[in-house]
Amino acid sequence: MSTVRVLVGTRKGAFILTSDGKRQDWKVEGPHFAGWEIYHLKGSPVDPNRIYASQTSGWFGQLLQCSTDGGKTWEQPGVKPDEAPQSWPPAKSNRFSYDVSSETGKPLTTHQWYDGTQHPWEFKRVWHLEPSLTDAETVYAGVEDAALFRSTDGGKNWHELAGLRGHGTGPAWQPGAGGMCLHTIILDTASPDRIYIAISAAGAFRSDDGGATWKPINKGLVSTQNPNPTAEVGHCVHHIAMNPARPGVLFMQKHWDVMRSDDAGESWHEVSGNLPTDFGFAIDVHAHEPETLYVVPITSDSLHFPPEGKLRVYRSRSGGNEWEPLSKGLPQQDCYVNVLRDAMAVDSLDKCGVYFGTTGGQVYCSPDAGDNWQPIVRDLPAVLSVEVQTLA
Amino acid sequence: MSSVRVVLPYHLRNLAHVGNEVALTVAEPVTMRRVLDALETAYPMLRGTVREYETGQRRAFLRFFACEEDWSHEPLDAELPGAVAEGKEPLLVIGAIAGG
Repeated sequence: MSTVRVLVGTRKGAFILTSDGKRQDWKVEGPHFAGWEIYHLKGSPVDPNRIYASQTSGWFGQLLQCSTDGGKTWEQPGVKPDEAPQSWPPAKSNRFSYDVSSETGKPLTTHQWYDGTQHPWEFKRVWHLEPSLTDAETVYAGVEDAALFRSTDGGKNWHELAGLRGHGTGPAWQPGAGGMCLHTIILDTASPDRIYIAISAAGAFRSDDGGATWKPINKGLVSTQNPNPTAEVGHCVHHIAMNPARPGVLFMQKHWDVMRSDDAGESWHEVSGNLPTDFGFAIDVHAHEPETLYVVPITSDSLHFPPEGKLRVYRSRSGGNEWEPLSKGLPQQDCYVNVLRDAMAVDSLDKCGVYFGTTGGQVYCSPDAGDNWQPIVRDLPAVLSVEVQTLA
Repeated sequence: MSSVRVVLPYHLRNLAHVGNEVALTVAEPVTMRRVLDALETAYPMLRGTVREYETGQRRAFLRFFACEEDWSHEPLDAELPGAVAEGKEPLLVIGAIAGG
C-alpha cells in the first residue's frame, strides 16, 4: 500500500509526517534541527529517500543538510562527523558565492535598494531546494539575495547559474518586504533544459538552455503599485505551480492577482474570477486534473490573514475564474493565520491529497481533493514550507 | 603548540556533536584567527557558522569573550591572553541574546 511522507519546514525545526494511503492516522517525527529555521525540505524524485533541507539562522548563517534514509538521519554533505580530521578539504555545502567572474558570468554586484540606490548583492539564506528530475546528485537552490545555484555532487559544492542575474535586468531588481528571494524553481518535465524561476519582487524568468541564459516572462502581469504597472520586471510574484503532466501551463499567485499562462510564460492572463480576494501566497495544481487549482485567499497585502477570520481554500475545476470555497474541517471563526508561498503541496494518490501549513503551526490534509480537511498536527512552530512525497 | 579550550553555543555544539567545551591544538602565538582556523579544521561542519565565508569576519550575532573581556572587536591577529593560550581559561563563543 502506498504511503505518504509530508516534509514540513518551520521557524524552529523540521518535522516529518507519515501516513498510509488512507491519510487518516499520522505519525509525527521531529523536530529535526530543533531551534533552526528550516525554510524548505524536498526529496529527490529519483531517490525519494534522499532529502535536502535548508537550515538557516540569524546567528550562524546557512547550512545545507541531506538525508539518504528518508529523514531518519542527516548530515551536512561532505562532512562525516566520525571522519572530520580526514575529510579535508572541509565541506563547502553552505558556501554560496556569487559568480562575478567575467569568464562564466557577468560581474553584476549591485541591485536596486529601497531608496533607489544600488546595493551590493549579499547572500542571506536558501529559500527553496529543487532536486533534479533525473539525477539524485543534482539539486538547485534559490537564494536571497536572489540568485540560482546548482550542485552536481549532492550538495557538497554550489555554483551560481550566473546568467540569471547577468541577463540584463538584474540592476533593476529590488527586494519585497520579505527580502529579495528566489523562491520558486520549476523544472520542466518535457524539456530537460527548461527551468522556470520566480523572484520577489522581480518577477518570473525562464531558461531554455539548462540555466545558462535567461529572459523575463512577465508579459501580462499588471502591478498597479509600480510606476510602470506592466514593466518587464518588478512584479512581486509569490508562487508558481505547474502540473508535471502538462508542462508549459503555469499558474501564478502574484502579490495581487491569480494568473495563468498557456505558453510557458510568454504571456499571462488573470484568472482571479470570483475569488473573495486575489491576494495570497500559496497555489498548487491537482495531481491528476490539470485544470483543478487551489489557492488560499488572504485578505490583503496589509492584512495577512484570511478574510472574515475564516480559513478557506478555494478550488477551481476550470483552470481559474470560477472558484468554490472549501471549508469543511477548517476553522471558520477567529482564524488569523497566514499560509506562506511554499506551504502547500499535493500528493499523487487517487484521490489527490492536498496539504497546507499555517503560520499558526497547523498542517492540514484533505485526502479527497479538498472536499474535507483535517489537521494532521495543530501546534507546530510557524510553518514555512510543506512538501509531499507519495511512496510506493 | 598550545591546547586551547573553546566553549561553543548550544547550536554549534549540536552541529559538531561535541559537549560544552572543545580542546584545540593551536600554534603559538595564539590568536583568534588561529583558534578559529583550528576549530574549523577539527570540525569542518562549523565552517561559515562563526565567520562569514566571504568576509572572514565574525558573524554579527556572535561574540568572543576571554578572561572576562570582550574580544569581539579586537583584530583577529591580536594575541589572546596568556591564560587562554595556556588552557587555564576558555575562549567563549557566545550567541547574542535576541529572537523569540
